[in-house]
Amino acid sequence: MTSLDSILEGMPLDESAWIAVGDLCAWLRVERRWVVSLVDAGVLEPRGAGPEAWRFPASDVVRARAVARLLRDLEVNLEGAALILDLVEERRRLERRIALLERLLEE
Amino acid sequence: MRFKDYYKVMGLPRTASQDEIKRAYRKLARKYHPDVSKEQDAEEKFKELQEAHEVLKDPEKRAAYDQLGADWRQGQDFRPPPDWGKGFEFSSREFAGEQAGEFSDFFSELFGSRSPFGRPAGGAQHGHGFAAAGQDHVARVEIDLEDAYRGGTRSVELRAPELTADGHVVVKPRTLRVSIPAGVTEGQQIRLARQGSPGVGGGAPGDLYLEISIRPHPAFRLEGRDVTATLPVAPWEAALGETVAVPTLGGPVEMKLPAGARAGQKLRLRGRGLPGNPPGDQFVVLRIVLPPDSPRARQLFEQMKREVPFDPRAGSGP
Repeated sequence: MTSLDSILEGMPLDESAWIAVGDLCAWLRVERRWVVSLVDAGVLEPRGAGPEAWRFPASDVVRARAVARLLRDLEVNLEGAALILDLVEERRRLERRIALLERLLEE
Repeated sequence: MRFKDYYKVMGLPRTASQDEIKRAYRKLARKYHPDVSKEQDAEEKFKELQEAHEVLKDPEKRAAYDQLGADWRQGQDFRPPPDWGKGFEFSSREFAGEQAGEFSDFFSELFGSRSPFGRPAGGAQHGHGFAAAGQDHVARVEIDLEDAYRGGTRSVELRAPELTADGHVVVKPRTLRVSIPAGVTEGQQIRLARQGSPGVGGGAPGDLYLEISIRPHPAFRLEGRDVTATLPVAPWEAALGETVAVPTLGGPVEMKLPAGARAGQKLRLRGRGLPGNPPGDQFVVLRIVLPPDSPRARQLFEQMKREVPFDPRAGSGP
């Protein structure tokens, strides 16, 4: 296990880093055709010509993991999971915005 | 170990039908799913729910669980009876799989892979040629806005379930020192490869995903990578368009106000928000503050009153 002295460097999962389709599959322990189905459903938006050359913004790892969990746990289909993800992201954005506006009102 | 009252977790009486169990699970799963839920402890609640469902949905496991009796209370100290699992004809060998590593030691002992319920039919044992990757974990890390700006090192306390050599689950606390890169934003995740649960039978360890949460800052409000701060200015600074010192996350910078600046006006300091590609901006909202009362200030205001024709309410009102 990791000792206390060593400092771990992680990878920030934001839009600034891009990862290859092979890495995405390995990290999520999924098959490539599952990733293809997520791209077809518009959940993930890779760059690159064709599935072999796809590169994904690292933030897509978070989205893909969430979709995988929703599919597994809630017995929804891919479109349903994608919709849930969009709505939850929108709700989080609105909640942050409301919190910001509430602070402004208090000042 | 502590007793788990699975009926209580699912909010059901012990007499519930299998259909009622299914319905309760679906309803609670929607409520507590960590990707959907707004509840603070959703992750924990959902795990408990999955564990309860794993047992109650399976008539054999449920019957065995029911045999423990109705007198046990949630959290009560518990030892499995020595004859546990005897007399049950095990037909289904469906194992909870991926999530089961996350379940309580109560579950692991009674229904886990080394229990009578976990052994595959036909006598083949897990552990011979059985390998599985470890679980991924998600942990929230709270940091200050200054840490998000500068980056730095944080200690993260984790409680990770671990499988001992004899198949028991123990929860081991561990501390990781993690480098937080400059420019992380609210809700962003950082992936630490191989820092999740250890794998089984030579399987690779899982990964750890740290979710960043940034504490509210007394002076700066954060939105994405942009920060906003209120800047108090004197009436003459606003009127004359003076150059003033503005606190930013990177230290004070000079900003020239536009002449005739208004209260509430929003000015932008490009690239002074959280670092990134592109970096965020800092917005400055002006607040005009009167000087403290003094004979001299009063004298000057009275002079303005006489000499500056101004009706701030002209055009407003009924």
